[in-house]
Amino acid sequence: MAEFQLPPDSRVKKGKSFKAPVGATNVRRFMIYRYDPDSGNNPRLDTYEVDMDSCGPMVLDALIKIKNEVDPTLTFRRSCREGICGSCAMNIAGGNTLACTHATHDIKGNVKIYPLPHMPVVKDLVPDLTNFYAQYASIKPWLQTRTPAPPDQERLQSKEDQEKINSPSACILCACCSTSCPSYWWNSDRYLGPAALLASYRWLVDTRDEATGERLDDLEDPFRIYRCHTIMNCTNACPKDLNPAKAIAETKQMLAARRL
Amino acid sequence: MSFESPLGKFLGHGSAKEGTGHFISQRLTAVALIPLTVWFVFALLGLSSLEYANVIAWVAQPLNAILLVLLLGTLLHHSQLGLQVVVEDYVHTEWLKVITLMVFKFIHIGMGVAGIYALIVISVGGMAS
Repeated sequence: MAEFQLPPDSRVKKGKSFKAPVGATNVRRFMIYRYDPDSGNNPRLDTYEVDMDSCGPMVLDALIKIKNEVDPTLTFRRSCREGICGSCAMNIAGGNTLACTHATHDIKGNVKIYPLPHMPVVKDLVPDLTNFYAQYASIKPWLQTRTPAPPDQERLQSKEDQEKINSPSACILCACCSTSCPSYWWNSDRYLGPAALLASYRWLVDTRDEATGERLDDLEDPFRIYRCHTIMNCTNACPKDLNPAKAIAETKQMLAARRL
Repeated sequence: MSFESPLGKFLGHGSAKEGTGHFISQRLTAVALIPLTVWFVFALLGLSSLEYANVIAWVAQPLNAILLVLLLGTLLHHSQLGLQVVVEDYVHTEWLKVITLMVFKFIHIGMGVAGIYALIVISVGGMAS
């Protein structure tokens, strides 16, 4: 059965508290999920008080400040700090988003930070995305053609046709959408999830691609695509304002259209 | 210990090449249920009385009997399709999933056959006393 409760050794316990420096006037409290598989201990929620007068505006700024000045053991992924690499995706104040583009002042009360939901945790805020990347690889995210490329130039693309793929190809594979989807929580071993399905759609609507039929054949499966029950958490979560739910709905229409 | 690659693991046994039929049937039955349900509710409300004999007489009329067969079949088919999705979503123990799906299907077919049998008996007026 689907598990609705965490196993006993995964339940989150109360953790340590780190006070703000004396004299700080603009203090925000960050409650952060901590887990170290090597320690053998349960995960815990550590509390860090941060003086926002000496901290940047984004949640990632606070995480970096905590790691630099308070607790160097805090582990998280980050790279570009401008919402294009997708590394710092995590669950902030109950929603999946990028720490680098989410402002702390947009959050009321304590700032609770967890890793992306329902993924194996490598350490603290770092989830294991192995299966997520395998799913992306499985949809063959590259141009497939039978017509050889023109010998003297690239394959041409019209403005109108480019517009069809502009939005879906803006996906940064941060996994915010897939890990917000209950269907993905229960069935990620067989369901592709919104991110991989959006990537698949990006190639389905690419007019230069000639493998549309084979791509649809690969999706034609009760689990790979049809676990999507239009819950739309994916579209809600996407920090790039993309619409995986719509892409999946249109893919279902393509699958139906070739039978009717 | 397994050295199977993450990609190999996810690809599994490949696509089942099935699913769109289920998807279309679920929507088709849903659309059909709208007029059938509206008809059923208003027809019952329109009855002069809900006395046993009165309802039986209503059911026995050819058009009502035909529509009731359609309603019953569509409803049970739709219900079976929906419950199948719920089971596939939540039941992950393989043997339990297969048995649950089978039992649900048997129950739905059984209810359909029983319902249609009852409607035939009522329609031909052969209620065994």
